[in-house]
Amino acid sequence: MPETTQLTAVDPTAWTCPVALRDHPRVVMGHGGGGALSAELVQHVFAPAFGGETLSQLGDSAAVSLGGVRMAFSTDSYVVRPLFFPGGSIGDLAVNGTVNDLAMSGARAAYLSCGFILEEGVEMSVVARVAETLGAAARRAGVEVVTGDTKVVESGHGDGVFINTAGIGLIPSGVDIRPQRVVPGDVVIVSGDIGVHGVAIMSVREGLEFGVEIESDCAALGGLVEAMLAVTQDLHVLRDPTRGGLGAALNEIAVASGAGVVIQEGDVPVPPAVANACAILGLDPLYVANEGKLVAFVPREHADAVLSAMRAHPLGANARVIGEAVAEHPGMVVARTGLGGTRVVDLPIGEQLPRIC
Amino acid sequence: MCLAVPGRVTEIEDRDGTRMATVDFGGVVKEVCLEYLPDLQVGEYAIVHVGFALQKLDEESAKQTLELFANLGLLQEEFGDPWELAAEAGGPQWADDKDVPQEAQQ
Amino acid sequence: MKYLDEFQDPDLARRLLDDIHSVVTRPWALMEVCGGQTHTIIRHGIDQLLPDQVELIHGPGCPVCVTPLEVIDKALEIASRPGVIFCSFGDMLRVPGTGRDLFQVRGEGGDVRVVYSPLDALHIAQQNPDREVVFFGIGFETTAPPNAMTVYQARKLGIKNFSLLVSHVRVPPAIKAIMESPNCRVQGFLAAGHVCSVMGVGEYPELADRYRVPIVVTGFEPLDILEGVRRTVLQLERGEHTVDNAYPRAVRPEGNPAAQAMLADVFEGTDRAWRGIGVIPDSGWRLSSRYRDFDAEHRFSVGDIDTREPAECRSGEVLQGLLKPNECAAFGTTCTPRNPLGATMVSSEGACAAYYLYRRLDITTAPLEASPVA
Repeated sequence: MPETTQLTAVDPTAWTCPVALRDHPRVVMGHGGGGALSAELVQHVFAPAFGGETLSQLGDSAAVSLGGVRMAFSTDSYVVRPLFFPGGSIGDLAVNGTVNDLAMSGARAAYLSCGFILEEGVEMSVVARVAETLGAAARRAGVEVVTGDTKVVESGHGDGVFINTAGIGLIPSGVDIRPQRVVPGDVVIVSGDIGVHGVAIMSVREGLEFGVEIESDCAALGGLVEAMLAVTQDLHVLRDPTRGGLGAALNEIAVASGAGVVIQEGDVPVPPAVANACAILGLDPLYVANEGKLVAFVPREHADAVLSAMRAHPLGANARVIGEAVAEHPGMVVARTGLGGTRVVDLPIGEQLPRIC
Repeated sequence: MCLAVPGRVTEIEDRDGTRMATVDFGGVVKEVCLEYLPDLQVGEYAIVHVGFALQKLDEESAKQTLELFANLGLLQEEFGDPWELAAEAGGPQWADDKDVPQEAQQ
Repeated sequence: MKYLDEFQDPDLARRLLDDIHSVVTRPWALMEVCGGQTHTIIRHGIDQLLPDQVELIHGPGCPVCVTPLEVIDKALEIASRPGVIFCSFGDMLRVPGTGRDLFQVRGEGGDVRVVYSPLDALHIAQQNPDREVVFFGIGFETTAPPNAMTVYQARKLGIKNFSLLVSHVRVPPAIKAIMESPNCRVQGFLAAGHVCSVMGVGEYPELADRYRVPIVVTGFEPLDILEGVRRTVLQLERGEHTVDNAYPRAVRPEGNPAAQAMLADVFEGTDRAWRGIGVIPDSGWRLSSRYRDFDAEHRFSVGDIDTREPAECRSGEVLQGLLKPNECAAFGTTCTPRNPLGATMVSSEGACAAYYLYRRLDITTAPLEASPVA
């Protein structure tokens, strides 16, 4: 490809589009989509306003020290329509999502807070059901809800029920999980089938409805992470690929670590129902949300043992090695396709939309 | 353009005077308008685009196409793989050039 | 999915590739007309597996990309009106008009909804009789019949609060325009299979004959694309130029007569501007006079909106294979996927957007491969 030599005329560093918000005088849905727009909002508005060393890590949870004790601290807000979906509810998500954010630092969640924002007029039985599923999920995850808050907004100003949870948990000594520790040669492992939660939600979303025998994979991953840490404390990075899917999670890791990532597309476990739903809607399973999966970057020498430990756990039964970290193309994720070609797996801009084209 | 996928008709019904079908796409089921394929029967496959069946999928033809692909290399296997033959003859441009450093190609 | 997965088989792909490698003797420039085919090519890295002599030029067959700026601006205006529910296929929401897109209209309070099918928009109209429901009817010959049926149903059922903003385009006039352009480099076409599922292949022999180019009707899975390339290259190597159907499982020569009859009733031919290319005579459809009441452009009086495209965008030349995306002065500077100036930077399959993404990879890896000093 001789034309590559001319390309230096364009400055590649100018391509990462640093001026984001200029074009968005108002918030658009994509700012909450977990893709490039979300990242820009945090980078350009929140991080500069808040400052602080810890925040700049921008992980799923923050690792902080208090009185000599290292702990993980995280918060997440839950907005989902419908509130109840195949395989779970907003209550399950509110517990598992925050528990998983903590688990991605290697911490076992100990305590959660829970804030409800309720819309005027929402049926009390709905609130009760949400609370029940939330309580049950907390008991399953072995975490205690210790403080909370309730606010009500006027009818039409909310979507029935919004929930915010925050959680804390202890990080075992010797555990240091963060993207900066990724080195070329690390093995990339995903804990099981991807895209399940996103497809389950889409199947009941207004305007898209389709029939599919699939349930959200929503689950608390603390136990799986403990099983992995029992093999070695030297896990380099963990990420739960929620909004934006595996593709966004790998991109975040690539950018934060400065390593390149190569995945073998054919090795990524995509169940047929997810693949087929994506085929109809024109979506890429790599960008579809998960709520009970993690992706791990593990030193090569521990990869086999970690993989075995994951497979021995019910939430990692279908764990697979899907790729590795490389020194080439730093900050970029590249997929080797089933046919032997390559493609760039880019960070999605906002939410993924059904295509006709 | 035109993301269209093949699905199997599992049920046909008349709804408000419109011919509608339930179509199974490998475990994903959607309602599809059948007005443009008035002769399509339950059990048959159709190409579906934005909720409309636009053409019947000819299963026999699909099979023949795959057979054609499968037979493509057979003649060559008898007389030798053209890739290998060419490589022996001095290396063609296209043999795995992605792995060769650029200056080596020039 | 049956009849999809089989056509992605790597072993059969190898056979097709071997065959293409063994027949090609000199450089050929082929155009895959359809954006869906471009998507498959990029998604599976097919262009990297073909012989260097086979160049694929990404054609203008992406309805999202070629919908003219003026029509997008009309959509933005209508969607901003109070009382309107504006329904669209998902991929149109991010296409920029002048200064904003449908997402931003939603951010400003507009009721913009993504639907899977135009019939979903009609149902929304039935459920919201006090609101005006507008569907953004874009697309090629494949999408036109669903939109036509929806308007037909609206009239039949007497649904008065439904209308269509139409910007339909057709493939054969685009092929003609490409072949008529000076310096045209295209030597063979992979025609869009699903367009032919509807329209048949009747319009193509004349084009193949007049411009002496092979036209091979091609499907959308990796094996289909490879077979389309293989048959086109075979013809070129033999000096032939006929219309060949490489997608017979979904394309009959006569197409779908019922759909064609509906199109003839609901639409009529019109000149149409293509984003980045310009006006192509008789290249589109608009609602026929019988359905004028359902024309959103008429109902919302947005006919006066007349936007000109930025002059610095040279996507027309890119679409014709006359200019490589990185040779355009705006490429990567004033024109990026986030802030596209023209059609080819809009969707991820557009030639410029694809170039933008992949050349980034080339640049980051090139110094590693080609640094004799190190």
